Amino acid sequence: MKMINLMRGSVMKIHGLSSASRRLAAEGGVRGLSSSSGPRVCIVGGGPAGFYTAQQLLKARQNTAVDIYERLPVPFGLVRFGVAPDHPEVKNVINTFTQTGQHERCSFHGNVNVGKDVTIDELRQAYHAVVLSYGAEGNRSMGIPGEGLPGVFSAKDFVGWYNGLPSNKELHPDLSFETAVILGQGNVALDVARILLAPVEMLKETDITQNALEALAGSKVRRVLIVGRRGPLQIACTIKELREMVNLPNTRADMLPADFEGIAEALKDLPRPRKRLTELMMKAVKEGGDDKAEKCWGFRFFRSPVEVLAGADGKRATGIRLALNKLEGSGESARAEVTGQLEDVDCGLIISSIGYKSIPIDPAVPFDPRRAIVPNEMGRVQDTAGLYCSGWVKRGPTGVIATTMNDSFDTARVLIQDMEAGKLDLSVNKPGAQAITALLQTRGVRAVLFSQWEKINAAEEKRGKSLGKAREKLLDVDEMLKIAWS
Amino acid sequence: MSACALRVFVQRAAVTRKAAHQTFSQTTAFPRRGTGSYTHGRGINTLTNSLRAEEKVTVHFLNRDGKRITGKALTGESLLDVVVNNDLDIDGFGACEGTLACSTCHLIFEEAVYKKLGAVSDEEMDMLDLAYGLSDTSRLGCQVCLRKDLDGMILRVPDVISDARVDSEKESSTAPPKV
Repeated sequence: MKMINLMRGSVMKIHGLSSASRRLAAEGGVRGLSSSSGPRVCIVGGGPAGFYTAQQLLKARQNTAVDIYERLPVPFGLVRFGVAPDHPEVKNVINTFTQTGQHERCSFHGNVNVGKDVTIDELRQAYHAVVLSYGAEGNRSMGIPGEGLPGVFSAKDFVGWYNGLPSNKELHPDLSFETAVILGQGNVALDVARILLAPVEMLKETDITQNALEALAGSKVRRVLIVGRRGPLQIACTIKELREMVNLPNTRADMLPADFEGIAEALKDLPRPRKRLTELMMKAVKEGGDDKAEKCWGFRFFRSPVEVLAGADGKRATGIRLALNKLEGSGESARAEVTGQLEDVDCGLIISSIGYKSIPIDPAVPFDPRRAIVPNEMGRVQDTAGLYCSGWVKRGPTGVIATTMNDSFDTARVLIQDMEAGKLDLSVNKPGAQAITALLQTRGVRAVLFSQWEKINAAEEKRGKSLGKAREKLLDVDEMLKIAWS
Repeated sequence: MSACALRVFVQRAAVTRKAAHQTFSQTTAFPRRGTGSYTHGRGINTLTNSLRAEEKVTVHFLNRDGKRITGKALTGESLLDVVVNNDLDIDGFGACEGTLACSTCHLIFEEAVYKKLGAVSDEEMDMLDLAYGLSDTSRLGCQVCLRKDLDGMILRVPDVISDARVDSEKESSTAPPKV
């Protein structure tokens, strides 16, 4: 929280300047107020990992300059594009990120595609250290026949669609079928289920995109099955999200009592968090909910997808074939084993929510394809001095924002340690953003600065206001750029 | 429900509603906080501070580095308010700004003090369940309001590890990812 004091002081200084000189100080990487001979660090990725890493670096040393590069014109990554629209309080972290973005020693450069517009090697030449915080933009595939059929989506894309990720704006999911099947039982799966079944009243004032809201208002989806390979004691979602499903208006829980055999007996030995979660599930099994409810949802355990089934014309998904499993072992390390039995479920919407996945950004950066992360020791990229990583690209795509926060703080501390131990040669002056901005210019690439994102932000809020919503996100990158640079 | 608890409840609900209409363009140098006097400016507090000296409470925190740090507050303020208003250097404390959407304000109480605190709501328990190093005397600081009889209490700031959702059982490498 000392950070707040620091930034308060710096922001006051900036307010003292005229707006013209303030703009000059912000643009082109010229730093009007801080020393030009301090360490310069570059962060690749403008999501929570990037901002939290920047925050810690700025706090730890009074002369470090931090530049954040982000592919989209808009910052905040999954906080903007992943967190569900009906979870606005989770997005409060944007306030602290905004402070960081406005900090005099930090500059944000949106609309820069690292790996394409500029290479990692070029960044390493311009900065004393580079931190990779670019997250996981791909998704794990189920690897089953029919996965490519219309009607099958990754949760990443479905969530991106209702959250306004530009690359998902043409998703047009067909919501005219009664049953949807979600593979995976983590919090993302529950978010998708909840958004599919929530009354439109609950969503219409949020920042969900208008086209998603309209599609959901006309949705015929009435039943959502959330399928997992293992049993109730291995479920990956957490209790807050489960409680939201149980409390969803006009829906009832539709579970299979057979899936819960032996669970009641196991309760007493469970640690409190797992126990409470399981008890809530058992309650949902027992009580079910209002029989008059129009919609229903349920978990289906011990089932793995083996094939997406197409209708007679073979043109789209009309069902999914599931293999029934049995559990070997218990607890977290229990494994699903095939039994040979199969089960077909009719459905028109299939959403695979089995994990995001990082991809390599640049051939110069080591990448572990098996774990889909950048190999590292405590955030120091293997065999590559001056290169670090934080967030999902470092540890894999799991965990909440606070997880990433702690992880990013860890990486920042390691980087600072290396600075102080002389492992990074700070005696050499590095040009930082000035050099990169000039280089990008020769390639016809222009960055969106934080103050320019704030114009996009204001425009989205204004559009939202006229629709009675928190904001109406711009879906088109060109529109974003037009407003940013106007 | 005590007046303080009611205040926390009402402010929590208000922040949740307000957050739905969040206007980021209004972000100032001072981050918005869900609870406490921080949002209402320092002027009024200074005045009431001198008028109500007997309602001042001192709280000690045993930080992760082993050092003890102290904060002063008024009765009715939450422990999150104490940390924020005193600018206490606790890394990452209060990420969701007191809206029960994280567990970063997790604090561990002495048993005798813990017993004096009110009941824990399901909502708080749900988030507390995700905290690393959960103990029998753990609470979320944003939900605990100060009273005179809590004056001088010592709270431990638990360690954090990067994965807040690690089960107490060892995770195997074949376990599915938890998100």
